[in-house]
Amino acid sequence: MSAAARIWPDATGRFGPYGGRYVPETLMAPLEELERGFAASRADAAFARRLDDLLHNFAGRPTPLQLAERLTAKLGGPKIYLKREDLLHTGAHKINNCLGQGLLAERMGKRRVIAETGAGQHGVATATVAARLGLECVVYMGTEDMERQRLNVSRMRLLGAEVVGVDAGSRTLKDAISEAMRDWVTNVRTTYYLLGSALGPHPYPLMVREFHKVIGIEAREQILRAEGRLPDLLVACVGGGSNAIGLFHAFIGDATVRLLGVEAGGRGHALGEHAARLAGAAGYEGGRPGVLHGAFTYILQTAEGQISTTHSVSAGLDYAAVGPEHAWLAGEGRAEYTAADDGAAIDAARTLARTEGIIPALESAHALAELIRRAPEMPREQVVILNLSGRGDKDMDILARYL
Amino acid sequence: MSQTTSSAASESAPTRIGRRFAELRPAGELGLVAYLTAGDPSLEASREIVLAAVEAGADVVELGVPFSDPIADGPVIQRASERALRAGTTLSGVLDLVADLRRTSQVPLVLFSYFNPILQMGLETFARRAVAAGADGVLATDLTPEEAGEYRRVLRGAGLDTIFLAAPTTPEERIERVAQASSGFLYLISRTGVTGQRDTLPEDLGALVERVRRATMLPLAVGFGIARPEHVRALVGQVDAAVVGSALVAEVGRAASGADAAKAVAALARSLKSAGVRAARP
Repeated sequence: MSAAARIWPDATGRFGPYGGRYVPETLMAPLEELERGFAASRADAAFARRLDDLLHNFAGRPTPLQLAERLTAKLGGPKIYLKREDLLHTGAHKINNCLGQGLLAERMGKRRVIAETGAGQHGVATATVAARLGLECVVYMGTEDMERQRLNVSRMRLLGAEVVGVDAGSRTLKDAISEAMRDWVTNVRTTYYLLGSALGPHPYPLMVREFHKVIGIEAREQILRAEGRLPDLLVACVGGGSNAIGLFHAFIGDATVRLLGVEAGGRGHALGEHAARLAGAAGYEGGRPGVLHGAFTYILQTAEGQISTTHSVSAGLDYAAVGPEHAWLAGEGRAEYTAADDGAAIDAARTLARTEGIIPALESAHALAELIRRAPEMPREQVVILNLSGRGDKDMDILARYL
Repeated sequence: MSQTTSSAASESAPTRIGRRFAELRPAGELGLVAYLTAGDPSLEASREIVLAAVEAGADVVELGVPFSDPIADGPVIQRASERALRAGTTLSGVLDLVADLRRTSQVPLVLFSYFNPILQMGLETFARRAVAAGADGVLATDLTPEEAGEYRRVLRGAGLDTIFLAAPTTPEERIERVAQASSGFLYLISRTGVTGQRDTLPEDLGALVERVRRATMLPLAVGFGIARPEHVRALVGQVDAAVVGSALVAEVGRAASGADAAKAVAALARSLKSAGVRAARP
């Protein structure tokens, strides 16, 4: 398992059967150019130094691994540590990937970057990096998401990005990605598509994981220092799956460390009511392997292969496909995937606010909800790390309704 | 999915597509490939619209299978796909439409789809049903030769042409790979971008055509942005056919009824086809 885990993806971008590159012909040569550009950047010591400097002095790495003492005491189960990605500049883990890909865009001579965004965190991080590097920036966002994440729309505009509303389909992340791909296929010679999750055609799932794996590398060192041993369980929310793969990756070879991904259970188990692609065993309908936005992976779809609309209170998890590496980890049984519903996520956000003085993003609150459910049944001597992937400022309009 | 070669299949008898292009070449006239979104506004209406386009001179018909997330399409075909899906159109229904059309027409028919609906039906089932219905070829917009090993093996084995695309961004060594994977014809994308009508043809189209011509003897059909008779006239002698999609689909979208749509599509198809014939025989 551990050896096999480290070689994925293969040269064709496959994680076992998942992944690959299913795109219009116009994008094939640009994806090959991107793959070469990424490989060259990895061999470039100056690139690594510059990224490292920005991660430390601009984004605020390393992030703390905080023992959540009052939450641990309240639940009466394992010792809970929070990986505080919410403390990063712009308020979520997304900046790790944006700095990496932003420098790559610059290195490849592309002066215009485009991005999609759901909750707005990736859009804000992209706009931030574009401003920092002096790049032109256009962000596509579903109009439904623009409404529920208004604060982030204003932030992007203040940072100088153009925010383009997408009024198609479910008017959420799926439609924003489709529109960003249409822009890319049109302006491909001058434009860098800064994809925000571990999704899409090869090499995106690989690149995004590589730029986020710093989360797990830090957490592994921090927990060894604090506890003198590896954790028993890692918990993270999974939309596309970038924060989860970022935390999991450094531990995949550690057979004793269990990995738990939490998807959005939305408001019901029927297709269209949730965004749980891999949690079919928990009764969520419609998740099957298929092709969307460039990759073969688990997708919520109808019997005829039309992509389903999804629902989640959390815009960042409200998406029909999951990153291909998660599909592979699920298939191998290396990671477990389940879902938490809208109500549980809201309750979890309130619990964390009142026990630890931290308002989490609604995305991260899904991971927290599942941990809150399980912790009382777990042995006290166990150690858990939860990825607190983002902060909840952007969600205050929604959270305020439940005060 | 790894590469497979299918030399046996590629040497098998030509489909209606190959036969039609073989007739067009010596005549020196430009073929008209008409794209229409199947099920827009209904499958019954599509039948009449397709037959009207054929009557007006369309040499090959591409039946677009509507998909929820058409990333390669511009607004006109996006809206048409939405209308077709709202009308309940499925891949299975489109295959029934093919069978229905075959009762009255021998026009070459290409199924033009995103990959996922085909994948969900299952490659073997899809190929068997497509052949039984009377389809001649398949083009999957988001499937390139690299990911198409099994797809090509199954479809070509069943006697269907597999049409792939070349784009302005496709380097020469890839053009050869695309051509080797293709049968029936090669679809040349005229410009980077999504489908949709444009005012002019791209200036560098001639050079692009020349590059592709060097790589393959397959008939060449050029599409994306071809909307007007003058575009068609400019292509005569350069390529074998012009693909017109959004301009025809826009007529369907504007029409008040299926019958009006058939009339409007026929009128445009007739003017496009005659531009290709007149220019060939001045």
